[in-house]
Amino acid sequence: MRQRHEFHVDSTRYLDDHGKPLDDLPALAGDTERVLAAYRNMVLTRTFDSKVIALQRTGKCGTYASVLGHEVIGTAIGQSMAKTDVFVPYYRDQAVHTLRGLSLRDMMLYWGGDERGSANWENCPEDLPIAVPIATQCCHAVGVASAIRIRGEERAVVCCVGDGGTSKGDFLESINLAGAWHLPVVFVAINNQWAISTPRSLQTGAETIAQKAISAGLPGHAVDGNDYFAASEVLDTALERARGGKGATLIEAVTYRLGDHTTADDATRYRTAEDLKRAWEKDGVKRLQNWLHDNDLWDADKEKTLQADCKTRVEKAVEEYLATEPQPPTAMVDYLFETLPPALQAQRERIAAKYRGGES
Amino acid sequence: MSKGELRDVTLVEAVNLALHWEMEHDENVVVLGEDIATNGGVFRATVGLKEKFGFKRVMDTPLAENLIAGTSVGMATQGLKPVAEFQFMGFIYAGMEQIVSHAARMRNRTRGRLHCPIVYRAPFGGGIHAPEHHSESTEALFAHIPGLRVVIPSSPQRAYGLLLAAIRNPDPVIFLEPKRLYRAVTQSVENNGEALPLDTCFTLREGDDVTLITWGPCVMETLQAADKLAHQGVSCEVIDVATVSPLDRETLLCSVAKTGRAVIIHEACRNGGVGAEIAASLAESAFLDLQAPVVRVTGYDTVMPYYRNEAAYLPQVEDIVEAVEQVIAL
Repeated sequence: MRQRHEFHVDSTRYLDDHGKPLDDLPALAGDTERVLAAYRNMVLTRTFDSKVIALQRTGKCGTYASVLGHEVIGTAIGQSMAKTDVFVPYYRDQAVHTLRGLSLRDMMLYWGGDERGSANWENCPEDLPIAVPIATQCCHAVGVASAIRIRGEERAVVCCVGDGGTSKGDFLESINLAGAWHLPVVFVAINNQWAISTPRSLQTGAETIAQKAISAGLPGHAVDGNDYFAASEVLDTALERARGGKGATLIEAVTYRLGDHTTADDATRYRTAEDLKRAWEKDGVKRLQNWLHDNDLWDADKEKTLQADCKTRVEKAVEEYLATEPQPPTAMVDYLFETLPPALQAQRERIAAKYRGGES
Repeated sequence: MSKGELRDVTLVEAVNLALHWEMEHDENVVVLGEDIATNGGVFRATVGLKEKFGFKRVMDTPLAENLIAGTSVGMATQGLKPVAEFQFMGFIYAGMEQIVSHAARMRNRTRGRLHCPIVYRAPFGGGIHAPEHHSESTEALFAHIPGLRVVIPSSPQRAYGLLLAAIRNPDPVIFLEPKRLYRAVTQSVENNGEALPLDTCFTLREGDDVTLITWGPCVMETLQAADKLAHQGVSCEVIDVATVSPLDRETLLCSVAKTGRAVIIHEACRNGGVGAEIAASLAESAFLDLQAPVVRVTGYDTVMPYYRNEAAYLPQVEDIVEAVEQVIAL
């Protein structure tokens, strides 16, 4: 006797490349306030991004990972999450972070070489800091979700990972645990087609990343990551499911990394101008702007005001960032343990003596 | 679990007593690992916990050490105090990135906003005729990492008091249990929830002629060597370092100031071992007190041999006696 197991992966898209509906839009499209707030956040994030790249180019910021191409999926995540949910980011989640209530100054401080950029997250104190080692954050996400499950709370965790990250054991072990333990977590694999120079096709032979969920016993859902309505609907559903104790979901958000990997990278070495041009034609920010225009919710004046407003906010943050004094050198040992062990006290005194006036 | 003084407690039973005590008194303490719930752990260190505290707090994980290490980080950021078991130290390496890059630095990289009160337990060392990869002593790998504490008990009483201290400590602790001593000796243990300090060496025996510095399984042979040497008229001070990182140099320096001689004994291989750090500290800060070079008795710089030859690798009582005779002669 043979038994056959069948699985499927849904893929969702509502808008074409020009912002024209392909189908009836989900109910959330009627929530004008939400949609307008989403568009504003996308523009703010893009303004922030180009400014930080400029700061890096002029020696005022360290190596920075551009968010270009992730504004739509990030905004959808930030809006779908409740304040009490926990966000577990990777390093290209600026569009989520603005909605989690991080200050633009703190975001600059992080890339500007100051640990305090991850310190004062008073609006989301339980969120994990940016994880640089690829996919390691997935294990933290299931840990946070385990704590939520142990305590019987109606909260959820959202964890972002790149397409490259889905090749790592951390990701596969974590979705596996999420399935085995029925955890309240939503994994968003942001497939931007590139892991530095390695294309998506070399990461896995699987047709979609979403289908990796099936091996873990989770639903997997692919979504156009440049389609605000599709991304928001899928996230809303997955988060509701997680908070309601119905378990985890893996969402693959398909997008394109429109910038270099970081400011230390030069993507012209490995991808063609033609590829990039095609990707820009699918830009989700422009797509939503077109939709807003088509529905009389936006015009050139509003756009001008928004651009000016975003620029002012970012410039103000830059001023605050540049005016922030570095921490005293002694701070390098002050946060290692809750209480400085006697073994480290002599080293601290040496640092303090070497940098006179460096005492906090 | 009985309170008060318990007689004839083994080291592994003391671990179990401490886990029971702390889980009962702190609802944030959770235990996770492979085969630790229903089976009670392959060494039975977690026996009875699932029955008493349930699957919610006593969790059998999938067989993935990296996941165990990293899930504990996530749990800890939520205020839980995970006690995670690696079945053997030889399998801890898959969890290394999570321990080094996250557990050890979460407090630092968030300037104290989040922290990781995690205990990573692992049976370590050789001497029980285990298969390959089951007899590792790689404490130096962890002692090298800022932000971690490395704690190694060598008796049932110290296992009990140090494990309680490790769980209550707000930062990550690598807690290495010498499996050669798990059932080798018994002691009375006062099951009263009293923790021992984490920043202090334990002077097990006072003496005047030479300081024997050791930790973990080698404490047993070192004490035997000290007995033997006493018959030869050599008075040995024996110090169990116990918290190999951060290191209590003060106690070691005071002892060497008194005896003028030091022999360091550890099971791990010699090159870059914790013994080297101790020897360097003595050279830096006790040079004028030393009447002889500091000598190390250690495992060889090779992989742990399969068990037919493990006795030839492990430091023996006569190796320690010989080293002491060598430094006394100078």
